[in-house]
This record gives sequence, C-alpha cells and structure tokens, in this order.
Amino acid sequence: MHIYANPTRFLSLARWLTPLLFWSGLALSVGAVAWGLFMVPPDRLMGDTVRILFIHVPAAWLGMGGWAGIAISSAMLLIWKHPLAALAARAIAVPGMVFCAICLATGSIWGRPTWGTWWEWDGRLTSMLVLLFLYAGYIALTEAAEKEGSSTKIAAIFGMVGAVNVPIINRSVVWWNSLHQPPSITAGKSAIEATFLVPLLIAVVGFSLLFGAIVLMRMRALIAQAQVEARLRRRALDDDAPAMAAATPAMEQA
Amino acid sequence: MMREQLNQWDFVLMAYGVGVVALAMLIAWAWRSMARAEARRDAVRRR
Repeated sequence: MHIYANPTRFLSLARWLTPLLFWSGLALSVGAVAWGLFMVPPDRLMGDTVRILFIHVPAAWLGMGGWAGIAISSAMLLIWKHPLAALAARAIAVPGMVFCAICLATGSIWGRPTWGTWWEWDGRLTSMLVLLFLYAGYIALTEAAEKEGSSTKIAAIFGMVGAVNVPIINRSVVWWNSLHQPPSITAGKSAIEATFLVPLLIAVVGFSLLFGAIVLMRMRALIAQAQVEARLRRRALDDDAPAMAAATPAMEQA
Repeated sequence: MMREQLNQWDFVLMAYGVGVVALAMLIAWAWRSMARAEARRDAVRRR
C-alpha cells in the first residue's frame, strides 16, 4: 500500500484502472438490472416489487461499504500518515452518500406497496438515515478543513468514530425485530432462491466496480487540484524571491 | 374490507428512475470534475 504513497505512481495505476472499472461495472450493472427487471419471475409474496431489490441491495451495501472505506482510510492517515489516505476518504464520501440516499429512497418506494407505508421508524431504516447524516457531517468537515487549511485529523477521527454505526445497521434487524425482514444472506447460506440470488450478486459486483471507478475519478480530481495549488504556490514564491533579495540590502542600509 | 389496488410496476419504475438519475448525475459530476481538474493542471504545467 505504501508503494502508492507517491501520487505519480498512483496516477499511472489509476489512469488505466478507471475506464476498466467503469466499463466492466456499467456492463455488469446494466446486465443484472435488465435480468432482474425482465427475466426474473414475480416473487410469491412481494410480487413485482421484488425487482426493486436489484438496485436497493447494492445501494445499501455500498452505502455501508463506503463508510467502512472512510474508516479504513482514516485509520491509515492517523496511524501511518499515508499521504493519499485523506484524499481517498474525501473521494469516497460523496459517492457513499449518494448510494446511501438511493438505498433510502428505493427502500421507501418498495415499502409503500409491500408494508403499506413510505417510512417507519424501524431500527434498520433509522440507522441508515443516521448514516446519511454522518456522510453529510463528514463532507461538511472535510470541506471546511480544505477551505480554512486546518488539519484533516478531525475529519479522520470523525470517520473512525462514525464507523460504529455500520455494525449497528448490520445487526439492527436482529436486535430490533420490526418491519424490515431479518438478514437474507449470511456467511455461507442464503434464504434467497437462486433465481433471484444470481442476478442480485452480479448487481452487487457491478455496482461495486462502478463505485470504485467513481472513487478513482474523485481521487484523480483531488490530486490534480492539489498539484495545481502546489505549483501556483511555488511559482508565487519564486516570483517574490528576486524582489525580496533586492529589498534586503536597502533594509540593511536603513 | 377495503384494500388498496396498487400497480406494483409503477413503484418499480419509480425506484429505478430515482436510482438511475442519481447515479447518472454522480457519474457525470465525478467525470467532469476530474476532466476539468486534470486539464487545468496540464495548462498550469505548460505555462
């Protein structure tokens, strides 16, 4: 991981990885969604609304996975002071928040015909909404740190502390048994029929690759912005140097 | 007993509409900000 602490080395990898992740992710996501929309039969209990799960489940996975990524990057920044870790965490925040919002919106739309309500203050829904607010807070903190030139450590600590919500979201359906169904996929076994499970897993892989491509795009943008700022600052210092040198003897004589 | 008759496909299309629009906007924003930032960096290097 420390090999990629050098932005030039990281960029040489990111330049070919971005289109690869993007196009493979797009192909898999579109294929899985088309499979889920047009080829999967209606579910015995949920009917046609089962098709919403092919976008809702990957969005939920990436909403939570995004925050896990922020927490890991924050730990790398605080422990090893990895120079790209702060950029990686910042790059994950907006895509993570968008996927979290998609999860909440599609879940609400699914809930109306299935549960008879758009929203319920159930453990899973509420903890997912808290995650959306955590993302908003993290983005505000990093933007403020960037604008005012303050330390990125506060945002990194916030990123690590906020990670406590991820296992709460995961276990919420077990701890507070309410409207949301218990976990359907656990380690080694699944309560979902293979007809639904296969396109669902392809959708999860496809959207994850797309997420990776978006994060790389954000990282490349943030690195380019930092390089421009560093170059302009260096140029301003170089421009000031002759003027300072000319002013120094005059000041000494005075 | 009164029971609501809801067309489930309306909800399916609404969910995919929201998801696809949000994702398309995210991709367009990420790509555009990357392309702009890299073009600006190259212009500053050439100057």
